[in-house]
Formats: sequence, structure tokens, C-alpha cells
Amino acid sequence: MANKIIGILEQRDGKLKKSSFEVATIVKKLSEQLNLQSETVVVGNEIDNLNDLAKYGVIKVTHFKNKDLQNYSSSAYKEIISNYAKEEEADYLLFPNSSFGKDLAPLVSIKLSAGCLIDCTNLDASSGELIATRPLYAGKALVDVKLLSKIKIITIRPNVFKPSLVENEAKLNIVTKEIESPNLKTRTVEFKKSEGKLDVAEADIIVSGGRGLKGPENFYLVENLAEALGGAVGASRAAVDAGWRSHREQVGQTGKTVSPSLYIACGISGAIQHLAGMSSSKYIVAINKDKDAPIFSIADFGIAGDVFDVLPVLTEEIKKLKS
Amino acid sequence: MKIAVCISHVPDTAAKIKVGPDEKTIDSSGVTYIINPYDEFAVEEALKTKEKFNCEVVAVSVGNDNNKETIRKALAMGVDKGVLLKDEKTRDSFAVAKALAEEIKTQGCDLVFMGKQSVDYDNSIVGQLTAELLDYSCVTVVVDFKIENDKITAEREVEGGKEVVETQLPAIITAQKGLNEPRYASLKGIMAAKKKIIEEKPAAAAENLSEILKLKKPPTKQPGRILGTDSSAVPELIKLLREEAKIL
Repeated sequence: MANKIIGILEQRDGKLKKSSFEVATIVKKLSEQLNLQSETVVVGNEIDNLNDLAKYGVIKVTHFKNKDLQNYSSSAYKEIISNYAKEEEADYLLFPNSSFGKDLAPLVSIKLSAGCLIDCTNLDASSGELIATRPLYAGKALVDVKLLSKIKIITIRPNVFKPSLVENEAKLNIVTKEIESPNLKTRTVEFKKSEGKLDVAEADIIVSGGRGLKGPENFYLVENLAEALGGAVGASRAAVDAGWRSHREQVGQTGKTVSPSLYIACGISGAIQHLAGMSSSKYIVAINKDKDAPIFSIADFGIAGDVFDVLPVLTEEIKKLKS
Repeated sequence: MKIAVCISHVPDTAAKIKVGPDEKTIDSSGVTYIINPYDEFAVEEALKTKEKFNCEVVAVSVGNDNNKETIRKALAMGVDKGVLLKDEKTRDSFAVAKALAEEIKTQGCDLVFMGKQSVDYDNSIVGQLTAELLDYSCVTVVVDFKIENDKITAEREVEGGKEVVETQLPAIITAQKGLNEPRYASLKGIMAAKKKIIEEKPAAAAENLSEILKLKKPPTKQPGRILGTDSSAVPELIKLLREEAKIL
């Protein structure tokens, strides 16, 4: 029997998240490169978009179901997934590197005596052996690394591996397994939604503001541009430490390390900790009064001007374009 | 209750990172080392809990003699004693977790705090691994922590909100920025720390489960173009985003 790779999918409120389709895409790719059987697993209650997996070439998804598993429970999820991986004798498990995957993957790895590599941004199986690349020091360095354990667990950074649709939809086999009495020792009892619409950790477009905004009252300029672009609002450490913005928006070494398609830095000079956290963005735009600011050294396009002048015009132009 | 706080000794976030001659570790010459920033939140939460329950707090660190500086910092903040689990070799997260788990067991700690990740290897898994080795509960990326009897209620930061998680002791909690405001060590604290004990012992033997093949710098981005100095450059910016970046 061929060896097996299992993709662990993530749902929130009964919907598979975008990161699940990224996982599905990579599972399919690795299964071809390493000659593995592939399948996927999801834990939750009702999930209404499981059929979408066929578009990404998934042939099997096992849905472990219980009404108490709608929200994440590390104690229950880790038992369900590690038991299933043992039954199926999986060699590889792939998780999204979301707060869900980061929490769960290492718990499962101990249960399976597997090594675990977190936040991988490249996976190369061309030599027949899986070599992962992951950023260290918030992206100031990269490391090529391999696992020495028999069972291997990987988490992949959001937005780096794009989900890709297959030409011919796969015939998807959905297997539903009811879980009788899940271990709810550690469980989520409530979900408190944050105000922002999109989270920087997941967004494909990020508009960030820094000290150049001069105060929290001016962040509406950043918010408006983010909204026009359908992106998330980010902030520099200076803006967060000054209490202007919440830490959850902080981009950089003591905040989030992000790799969106477009990153617009507004009034951010570009401290080394900030640059580390966003320099792997595909396109970077900097708007800053000081033409010598370090942010321009990594920006693809820059305007060395005043954010108070540039942002409203840019927002208007983008709104026109989108309408 | 007895509390452990696990701390690591890491390059300052302001440090430039250079690849060392072995191409596997960094060139640490000229690099200042600090207590891992997230571990400061862990120390603060351990001390707040100690003040409430009047229990002992032990700081544990895996590494070499250089780590004593970081342990002293925790002692100066108010931690009661330190343990240095010595190993000159570089350990991966699994080998670190093994050493920590052994020591937590030896110390008999039932509540453990540590930073949600160290800012060097950025692995963010040592807390979970250690918890699972000990069969402790684990809540990660915590921004609010409450304990009553043996019941823990913690809020963990996730995409788009916070999960309110309930669990029980024994447990490991990993701290996220925002959990608290770490105290500064007072002069009195710094003086007292000099008299506190740092116990040194070999870290429990453990095999690495991963192997670093090559450490490298990320590809350098070529500086791009400055399109102008005011909003008159906006049309060109939009044109480039549409035509070159194909984003809009």
C-alpha cells in the first residue's frame, strides 16, 4: 500500500476557511510528487461547503461530527486527528499555519511521535525527500530543514501557497463519522468577534499605518483605503505601543509576520522589526514623507509624500476604479 | 500550587541577522541577547498569580551559561529561583520540550507560563509539546488569564477574534503581547536577584527530530521606484499596480 498524506482542514462557523483550500492544493501536489495516497479531514458540526473541495481535486474528506465540536477544542481535536492518523497509518499530516493549526499540530505530533515544522513557506519534494523552507527571526533569515522522524507534520503559511482549481472536478467521497463523547477538557466556550472585518494574518491586501499618522484619530485614512481595497488594517509597533491601535493589528517581529499580495505602508519609516515582518509581501508600496526612510529600500513603488495628502486621493481613485 | 516560567535567551529584535560560517547558525558576534519579549509577559503573569496565591515561582531555561543573564532578569522581576538546564548543542523544539517537561515534573509545578513563541526560531510549539509530554492542558496565545480553584478561563487571540477557553490544572499557558504590562525590575529587585539561586544541571537527553540543512538570508529586494512627492503621483501608482503587479 502506498504511503499516505492527510490534510487537516479548518472550519469556522460551519464553513471551510480559505486556508483549507490551500492545504488541499498542497496535499494534492505533494501526493503526486511523493507518490502518496491523499485525503483530508475536518472536525466540526454542520459544514456547508465541503463539496467545494472537489474543485481543488480532493477525492476524500472525513468529517468528524458532533454539536460540541463546532468550536475548537484542543483536547478533543487532537485525539480525533491522532487516532485517525494512526488508523490510516499516515506518514504526512499537513495543517494550515493558523492559530488553529499552530495550536493543534504540535499536540498531535507528540501523540504520533512525529516531528513538526511550523510556518513553512516553501516545500520541495523534488529529491524524493521533503525539504521545507521556513522563516526565522520573523523573516530576517530563512532555513531549509527536514524532519528526521518517520511521521512528518507540516504547517503552511497562509497566502503563500495559492489554492488552485483543477480542470476536471474530482469525484469527492464525503465520509461522516459521528463522535460520541468528545474529550472536552479544554474547550472554547465563547467566540468574541473583533471589530475589524479582516485579520492581518489572513488578508491578501494589508494597509498599515505608523507614527506618520500622528494620532489614532487619523487612522480613518488607513481604514478607508483598506476598505476600498477589500484589505485589512495593520499597524507598526510604534502605533501599537502608543496605544493608537490594538496589538492584534501589529505587523513585525513582536506582531504578525505576513506575506500578502499587496502591502501598503503609510507613515511607517521601517524599523528592522517591521521590515522583517512584511518584506516577503509580493508587492510593497510605501508612502512616507522622508525619502530616506528604510521602508523605501524594500518598497516596489513609493511616494515620498505626506500621507494626509496622498491617502485621500489614492482612496478616491481606487473607489472610482472599483465602481 | 507551584508555578514554572520557561524563558529563552534570544537576539534583540533590533539585531541584524548574519549567517554564520557553518551556514546553519547565525553569526552571533556583536549581537545583543535579551529575554525573549513574549517571555516577559509570561513572567509577569506568573508573578501576578504568585501574588494572588502566595506560591513559589521557578524560572527554567535551556541553554548555556549565557542564559544566566536572562534568568537573572526574571529573578530581578520577582521570580524566586532559577534553573539552568545546560546544553551547549542547539536543540530543536522537541528536544527543548523534553528538557522542560522533565524539569517541570521534578519541580512539581502544576501551572506553567511561557511566551507564545521565541523570537529567534519562531516555532511557537514548545508550550504545546511540553504540555502534551506531561499530559497537561494547554492554552496558547493567551491575552487574558483567570484561575479559580483548579479551573482556568483564558482568552486566546485567533484570526478575527478571541476564543474564550476553559480548562483545568495542571496546565501550560503561552503568553501573547497584551496579556499584561510586564513590570520593570526595581533596584531592590536587582539587588535581591544577586542572592537568589540559579541551580545548574544537565538538560535531559533528547534527540532532535529535525535537521537544519542550510540557513540563508532571504532574497534581497531591489529598491523600487519613488514615483513622486505628493498626490500627483497617485495615477502612476495605480497604473503600476494594475499593469505590473496586476493587483487592482
